[in-house]
Amino acid sequence: MVCSSEKEGVFCPELSRIHLVYIDEKMAMSIACRFCENTPCINACPREALEMDEVNNIIRVDKMRCTGCGWCIEACDFGAIVLNRLTKSVVLCDLCEGRSQPKCVELCPKQALKVSTLEITAQSARGKAAKSLL
Amino acid sequence: MHLYHGRILVINLTTQEVKVEELSPSLLKGYLGGVGLATRLLYQYLPPASDALSPDNPLVFASSALAGTIIPTANKHAVAAKSPLTGLIGDSISSSFWSLALKRTGFDALIIKGAAASPIYLFIDNDIVHFKKAEHLWGKGSLDTEHCIRSDIGDNRVKVASIGPGGENMVRYACITNDGNRQAGRTGTGAVMGYKKLKAIALRGTRPIKVYNLEEVERISIDIIHKAEGPATEKYRVLGTPANILVLNRLSALPTRNFQQSRFEKAESVSGENLAEHYLAKVMACATCPVACGHIYTVAEGAYSGTQWELDYESLFALGPLCGVDHIPGILKAAELCDYYGIDTISTGSCIAWAMECFEKGLMTREDTEGIDLTFGSHAALVEVVQKIGDRSGIGNLLADGVSIASSKLGRNSEHWAMHSKGLEFPGYDPRAMKTSALGFAVGLRGACHNRSPAYEVDMSGDVDRFKGELGRGSKVKEREDFAAVLDSLIICKFIRRCFGDFYTEVAYLYKQATGLDLTPNELKATGERINNIKKAFNIREGWKPGDDWLPPRLFSDPITDDEGKSTVITEEELRLMIDDYYQARGWTAKGLIPEDKLRALGLEDSIAPMKGLEFGTQVYNL
Repeated sequence: MVCSSEKEGVFCPELSRIHLVYIDEKMAMSIACRFCENTPCINACPREALEMDEVNNIIRVDKMRCTGCGWCIEACDFGAIVLNRLTKSVVLCDLCEGRSQPKCVELCPKQALKVSTLEITAQSARGKAAKSLL
Repeated sequence: MHLYHGRILVINLTTQEVKVEELSPSLLKGYLGGVGLATRLLYQYLPPASDALSPDNPLVFASSALAGTIIPTANKHAVAAKSPLTGLIGDSISSSFWSLALKRTGFDALIIKGAAASPIYLFIDNDIVHFKKAEHLWGKGSLDTEHCIRSDIGDNRVKVASIGPGGENMVRYACITNDGNRQAGRTGTGAVMGYKKLKAIALRGTRPIKVYNLEEVERISIDIIHKAEGPATEKYRVLGTPANILVLNRLSALPTRNFQQSRFEKAESVSGENLAEHYLAKVMACATCPVACGHIYTVAEGAYSGTQWELDYESLFALGPLCGVDHIPGILKAAELCDYYGIDTISTGSCIAWAMECFEKGLMTREDTEGIDLTFGSHAALVEVVQKIGDRSGIGNLLADGVSIASSKLGRNSEHWAMHSKGLEFPGYDPRAMKTSALGFAVGLRGACHNRSPAYEVDMSGDVDRFKGELGRGSKVKEREDFAAVLDSLIICKFIRRCFGDFYTEVAYLYKQATGLDLTPNELKATGERINNIKKAFNIREGWKPGDDWLPPRLFSDPITDDEGKSTVITEEELRLMIDDYYQARGWTAKGLIPEDKLRALGLEDSIAPMKGLEFGTQVYNL
């Protein structure tokens, strides 16, 4: 909800860049863009509307080029990209560029969300593994 | 006007006609949403004196005014219909993603009129209403029904509110379940849905929701979220409402064995503390709630192994101490079955406790119970009888009508221990140890209810002598009722009520920032009063009599022991004194009727005519 209000000025989970998925009645997970290394969404775009920003490590959408054809949505294994039917272009997570941290992370009342990179995740796994061996 | 849509959807199941009607901003502001709006619409759409179980009884679903946003706990809705349990106002609240979807369909309320000839369900896809066959869903519990409908439609965003077999069988206290285990629990709206042969309402609401001042709404919401992380909601977050067991037991206010005692000697074993230590699996929140009061417990071994269900204080008290049961796995199993059948746990526990007392006093035999040893404390009997009620089989058929009807059918003085007010069974607070609550339950507009009349807060505040009924309680009860009516209409969950300082000022400001409608703190306060008066006007129109504001005989004659070990009851004189005091505080007549000028002052002119000339005993009531 805060994602859509931050990005689109309305409350609308369909326009959110992070999605709540219920595995069953008692278990939920959130899914957003994972910024894959091989970027299947960028490869799938017929108009080069998507581009990896190598400095900030996010995927940018050129709204003028995007036609809303949805190839990138089909290419994404995580369902992280959604189509904004009003602007006819796709939207995906940019980690709230310009904010100190993504708004969803900031506002989660249970601190259940955090931003991490593969390197940091692997590092902490190694740390845990090493401790458990001692 | 933001947040509100200014329109309602009226669906007639008999003719399968659908109409969109407009609502004015002044009506929306005057009743807010939720319980207030649902009651107002019910008053208009129910032909006076219709039978609760007839096609004329409309089922009204009204969205919370503030739903659809991140305002914490506001994603709720209310259901209203004439109650098949009480014959008076029936209203109940539920929450979570179905409520959010309802707001996002683009309607402030749904009104379901008429009745279908064979089982159907409705699929409301924003503006489009589909009438769908539901024979394949009939007999299923709510969880199954939700899965089936979602896979039929093929979209996980579809949210479902449905009835279980209890609603289909018109158990008079059947509920309407959404999002797996959220219930509009009390007063039997599920039976009305069952009468209409309406198995479920599936919603796909995808409209974006705009607020008047996004920045302010976010700022206030974040502030509430932060406060909700502190002591204001600690009880609900840590142990959940089961924490009440030991507190009320200490106060001699934990109804035990159908109100024969008010302390349960095995309270420790059913306490929130014990549950948390040995059974807790997970906590769950409704949509946009920072509290997460829902505590889910698991049974790891024994006959009920594998049972995993949510339990709150009211379900726990009703299926536990009230039936003398201290066996947690059995209580969890009974709660799970209640939710499968879709029946109110408080009324179910109360009906079974009443039957247990009948059995022990010899009014019911093993023949009547088909061999069940219906004694207090037997979890096996509890679990079996829940199923009989849901199926309306054997003894369950009698108990499915609620203790008021069941005891008048059985007679032989069983009315003495039929614990209800106006047909609604008591929640888990013993009025003999909480005399403000005694008044609240006696005059309660939907019967004995702690949600619409949270008078227990007065007793537990320490500001009054809770063992004494006295002047002054009337205005305290009125004030609590009006406060609850505002919360139940906005809707903001009662569990974050302590996150506000000056409630009416802060909430009136929040309402303005969200909807753009000007509302002063005093107007908001008056709204609570208006809502309770339209409920009262509804009750009077539908057959309420002055004598109905009273308590069951047991509370006057069978004592409990107070803190000092002295035995205590409620006296008729002290209750009469408090009721008169309450009527006066409300500005009602000595008989509990609403004077014409009061109705005018509250903007309820249209309820004057139906009340004129109503007979009460030998006196004709003329306004």
